[in-house]
Amino acid sequence: MLEIRNLHVSIEDKKILNGLTLTVHDGEVAAIMGPNGSGKSTLSYVIAGKPDYEVLDGEILLDGQNVLELEAHERAAAGLFLAFQYPLEIPGVATMSFLKAAMNSQRKIRGEEEMATADFMKAVRAAADKLGIPQDMLRRGLNVGFSGGEKKRMEILQMALLAPNFCILDETDSGLDIDALKVVSEGVNALRDPKRAFLVITHYQRLLNYIVPDTVHVMAHGQVVKSGGKELALELEATGYADYKTLAA
Amino acid sequence: MAAVQETVDQVKAIDVDQYKYGFSTELEVDKAPLGLDEDIVRLISAKKGEPEWMLEWRLDAYRRWLTMREPTWARVAYPKIDFNDIYYYAAPKMNAAPQTLDEVDPAILETYKKLGIPLREQEILAGVQTSKVAVDAVFDSVSVVTTFKAELAKAGVIFCSISEALKEHPELVRKYLGTVVPVTDNFYATLNAAVFTDGSFVYIPKGVRCPMELSTYFRINERNTGQFERTLIIAEEGSYVSYLEGCTAPQRDENQLHAAVVELITMDDAEIKYSTVQNWYPGDKDGKGGIYNFVTKRGDCRGKNSKISWTQVETGSAITWKYPSCILRGDGSRGEFYSIAVSNGMQQVDSGTKMIHLGKNTTSRIISKGISAGRSQNTYRGQVSAHRKATNMRNFTNCDSLLIGDQCGAHTVPYMECNNASAVFEHEATTSKISEDQLFYCQQRGLNPEEATALIVNGFVKDVLQQLPMEFAVEAQKLISISLEGSVG
Repeated sequence: MLEIRNLHVSIEDKKILNGLTLTVHDGEVAAIMGPNGSGKSTLSYVIAGKPDYEVLDGEILLDGQNVLELEAHERAAAGLFLAFQYPLEIPGVATMSFLKAAMNSQRKIRGEEEMATADFMKAVRAAADKLGIPQDMLRRGLNVGFSGGEKKRMEILQMALLAPNFCILDETDSGLDIDALKVVSEGVNALRDPKRAFLVITHYQRLLNYIVPDTVHVMAHGQVVKSGGKELALELEATGYADYKTLAA
Repeated sequence: MAAVQETVDQVKAIDVDQYKYGFSTELEVDKAPLGLDEDIVRLISAKKGEPEWMLEWRLDAYRRWLTMREPTWARVAYPKIDFNDIYYYAAPKMNAAPQTLDEVDPAILETYKKLGIPLREQEILAGVQTSKVAVDAVFDSVSVVTTFKAELAKAGVIFCSISEALKEHPELVRKYLGTVVPVTDNFYATLNAAVFTDGSFVYIPKGVRCPMELSTYFRINERNTGQFERTLIIAEEGSYVSYLEGCTAPQRDENQLHAAVVELITMDDAEIKYSTVQNWYPGDKDGKGGIYNFVTKRGDCRGKNSKISWTQVETGSAITWKYPSCILRGDGSRGEFYSIAVSNGMQQVDSGTKMIHLGKNTTSRIISKGISAGRSQNTYRGQVSAHRKATNMRNFTNCDSLLIGDQCGAHTVPYMECNNASAVFEHEATTSKISEDQLFYCQQRGLNPEEATALIVNGFVKDVLQQLPMEFAVEAQKLISISLEGSVG
């Protein structure tokens, strides 16, 4: 369970989040929607622990643990995963090697044994097959020369293997054609689990046709200004964000 | 604080004093008097029991050296070297030349053991390493032992110290010495010609594929002592050899000079693969101490379709001035240069290569990866020239620099000369910085900033690491991590 209470955040003296409060329960898929500049991506970065952001007040608890005291890699080991809107390229590091390094680092932090290479490779191949990722892509430098859709699929592959208990999808639908959107959504849906929660950040209702949320929250001016069920997303699609832009101001 | 900043601070905080080869060995030493004059040159030659022609060769070099000036074109800065404040000869006291390891001072054997270099053949065979490697161990001015000589002799391969070669095979040495790097080539090469004390000699006869890797480990031990070794490798028609050199030195507050010369010669269809893992003491984090590594390495592809390949991993030395080069004389010959140069602390590196295309259809490939951290300066300097007769020559150069932090520098200085209209040059160069976003991405997946940096650096140098013999690639990878991080490994 993720609990965010009264979160105030600024970057380079610019205030982005203004007392945001949000709770996502285990097994829940929560969608965050909102206009450009409402602080959606900032929220995902702050939860994941990106440096540069200054938390002025408030707390973020993951299963009761205050993650603000942890560094980004410790948060990852604690079960936080962020699927990036723009995944980074790591030249010369094969996807397979990267995944193995990440997996073993997380295990080390948690005091677990390293995974046997053979078992690991088997697991990666199986997960890649499900997402339609060709094997030779696993040997190429991570995300180097991948298309937008391939990069997003690779994010979901990493998510599947690292088996986090809290997943943030930051505008995963951006840059995807309809077929890729389906594949990625199916990948996410396959990971839905009573013990795993999702925070799905998106501009558009479209993604939510495929990843059906339990709750929808509207963000504006660095706050959650309205919460509701999945029908709220449809409502937004019809009316736009105009009302909310003024609501919090 | 930003992740990159943290990594930079971690790198900065590395006590370069953690240099793990920094110990010195107490030994009784036979030393020449301090400084350099004709008598010292005579003394070195006499100590080695050299033939008269060799002494004349040295004296000629010395006299020419007196008229030469130190080169100043490299992008390195250091106080003027007092060449009369250096010992030019230092040898551990031994009873004549040791015939077996049992006659070698146990303190020396212990030193190599500490460095992780097995000298006892039975230990090597007992198998720490997966494949056999013959080793020539050079300690200060002399070679102390060469392993697997008997087995190599069966294949007709000569692998011994150059001093021994001068006694046993003087005709071969005389025929080839100084034919690739002429006596008057440059200030340091000429100094080396006058005072070189030891080094390795390799001769691979026609059609022989050397049955094992050959390697030389150079160790400077004595204080204020220069090391001037000379290596000569000849590969006759259709032969092949892979050779590796490693270098370490104790940690000392004063700078020490290392001015080596390496000459490689390949005849028709022959190939030499020469790899270097250079880890001389780099000085402390404020730039105190460390080795001045002023080295001339050159290969001559004398025969048709011959090949010379240089691979270097450079992590040590306070100052590196080194350009392993190929003269592509034989038609269809090929030169390769693969380099990883890592600089940290106050290190200065000016390194690269020269590919001189003389023959028809000659090809060359240059892959250089420079990594700068701390307050270091890292320069790639490379020359590719196509002479008038080098019809259809081709060169490919790729030169990448990676910066860690904002106080270091990376510089690329390519020279190209074309005198044949059919020549093809390709040059690619990039400079990048490990970005905060890349680090955060890796960190989000569970890697700490140090691991993330190491991973990104390893990806960056992968193309070159693949060129090293397997046993050494792993070692080199570790060395790079240590040089950059101190805590890894």
